[in-house]
Amino acid sequence: MKTSPLVIAGVTLRSRLFLGTGKYSSGAVMSESLAASGAELVTMALRRVRTDGGHDDIMSQLDTTKYRLLPNTSGVRDAKEAILAAELAREALGTNWLKLEIHPDPKYLMPDAIETLLATRELVKRGFVVLPYVHADPVLCKQLEEAGAAAVMPLGAPIGSNLGLETRAFLEIIIAQSRVPVVIDAGLGTPSHAAAALEMGADAVLVNTAIAAAADPVAMGAAFKLAVEAGRLGFEAGLAARSTKGEAHATSPLTSFLASV
Amino acid sequence: MSTFVDTWKQHDFAAVGARIAAATEADVRRALGKQGRGLNLDDLAALLSPAAAPFLEEMAALSHRLTVERFGRTMQLYAPMYLTNVCANICSYCGFSAQNRIPRKALDDAEISAEADALEKFGFDHVLLVTGESSRYGLAYFQNALRLLRPRFSNLSMEVQPLDAEEYAALTADGLSAVLVYQETYDPIAYPKHHLKGPKADMEYRLATPDRLGTAGVKKIGLGALYGLSDWRAESWFVGLHLHYMEKHYWRTRYSIAFPRLRPHEGNEIPVTPFNERDLIQTACAFRLFSQEVELSLSTRESPHFRNNAFKLGFTSMSAGSKTNPGGYASEPESLEQFQISDERSPAEVAAFLKTNGYEAVWKDWDATYDGQQTARSNDVVHA
Repeated sequence: MKTSPLVIAGVTLRSRLFLGTGKYSSGAVMSESLAASGAELVTMALRRVRTDGGHDDIMSQLDTTKYRLLPNTSGVRDAKEAILAAELAREALGTNWLKLEIHPDPKYLMPDAIETLLATRELVKRGFVVLPYVHADPVLCKQLEEAGAAAVMPLGAPIGSNLGLETRAFLEIIIAQSRVPVVIDAGLGTPSHAAAALEMGADAVLVNTAIAAAADPVAMGAAFKLAVEAGRLGFEAGLAARSTKGEAHATSPLTSFLASV
Repeated sequence: MSTFVDTWKQHDFAAVGARIAAATEADVRRALGKQGRGLNLDDLAALLSPAAAPFLEEMAALSHRLTVERFGRTMQLYAPMYLTNVCANICSYCGFSAQNRIPRKALDDAEISAEADALEKFGFDHVLLVTGESSRYGLAYFQNALRLLRPRFSNLSMEVQPLDAEEYAALTADGLSAVLVYQETYDPIAYPKHHLKGPKADMEYRLATPDRLGTAGVKKIGLGALYGLSDWRAESWFVGLHLHYMEKHYWRTRYSIAFPRLRPHEGNEIPVTPFNERDLIQTACAFRLFSQEVELSLSTRESPHFRNNAFKLGFTSMSAGSKTNPGGYASEPESLEQFQISDERSPAEVAAFLKTNGYEAVWKDWDATYDGQQTARSNDVVHA
């Protein structure tokens, strides 16, 4: 059963599951997991990609005719460093798509909202398709949208935590008011987390640790593929009503006065 | 620049009406099951449909609960101040219509001040400035009125002819807080039948007015239809579509909706599409379930009995003691009025009623400090 396609910056993507390329035990396992997941958009840290033309375990395992590359700026600490990294990535990988990550904090890798907004404004001016990784902050997401971000990528929980949709209340607001695709990034630990994200109306999810660090990454990639498809289909099908128990039996009817007007 | 007009053109008014009419009980239950969270435009259609009528009590209970959760047991009170009844438009439903042979008047500075005196005595701190539509009384006249009234009231709103974005920006700098611009009807067939002549005949310019308000950074925008001109269910859905569009595009802005029903007025009677009190309650509750944040206004066009019962079903603001003619509070007889009101109770009586029913009447809910660059009250503070 077909669901509606995801379009970012005019590009139609077949899968609503985006994958990271870190933490795999080998390039071969990564490649197999990607294939099993059905993902089309894959992100890789510029700091791990060889930009000098030497042997690169990530890039050599990626069929760039099959996958759309989304280099990320993981490791930069401010907007200035992010812009430099973005230009390097564009040069090295031949794509203007960019997952903008700025986290000055090396322990929890918390995104810096102020620097992210500044960098987005500048990178959009420079012709990048910017997908910023941010806190689940509805106001910031609207500001990024105004700055020209092609999508927003709020976190579900701290990166690598596998805790799931801890920020659900804020993600719901972001999804409700966004005019650009919302990609839930970071913290999703199980296929059911991904399904729940899609069910609530997220346009896509980005997963790395949950698959790369699973006992069987290839099978987990396949599990996430099914979960994302199920979640999206559920969202588009329209979830059935929850119980309205209690609302129908007010002790003092509020509308009885209408009988006399 | 794209505007709401592009979105509006994607939907056929009659087809929307037919879709709403075809909604089922299951559709209504699904919308109600969301408990006011994440309703979409299909849910709004279901709640506006004939299928929702048996669920009215349930909608009212939920609407009341959601309103109390968001706004508490409070009711904003405001008064309209009619500055002029001069109007260049010929509209079938309005007493100010240019073809009506009524005395025309525009308040001068002294008369505006006299009206302000009267409204201050009533306790009002939120005043809605209303005019007909005339280029003779345009930007310069509004700016003058704002500068006269700014030191005396915390919140000044406006319901005047549509203006350009630059003009709205200038008025905002002079302390304008909100602009109400009702589309009257979203029905492209009905619109020209009722707007026969004058600038208001340009339907698309009016449709794009909220966009210009949003662009200009006006803090609150009022939307709505005039009920009686076309199918109320489709009108309401289009108001919802407009609200949805505005909230996504101009997210810093607050929104309000009112539900004016056609009232007796000077001029020829026109055929009115039915929209009774029950329909009004269904519409208000549907909007509360559709948006927990939108402010809903209850007009003095409605009767005291109706207002006394309806106020807690989703509404957040009420006019009180309204006069709909220029100079009506201070001196003038009511022969120049735009329409007849139904609730003639004084503001104090309305406030007392609210108090005895467990609600606080809110007179001040804004401060001039937040408006414009130079306001008399903020200057007072600086020089105190």
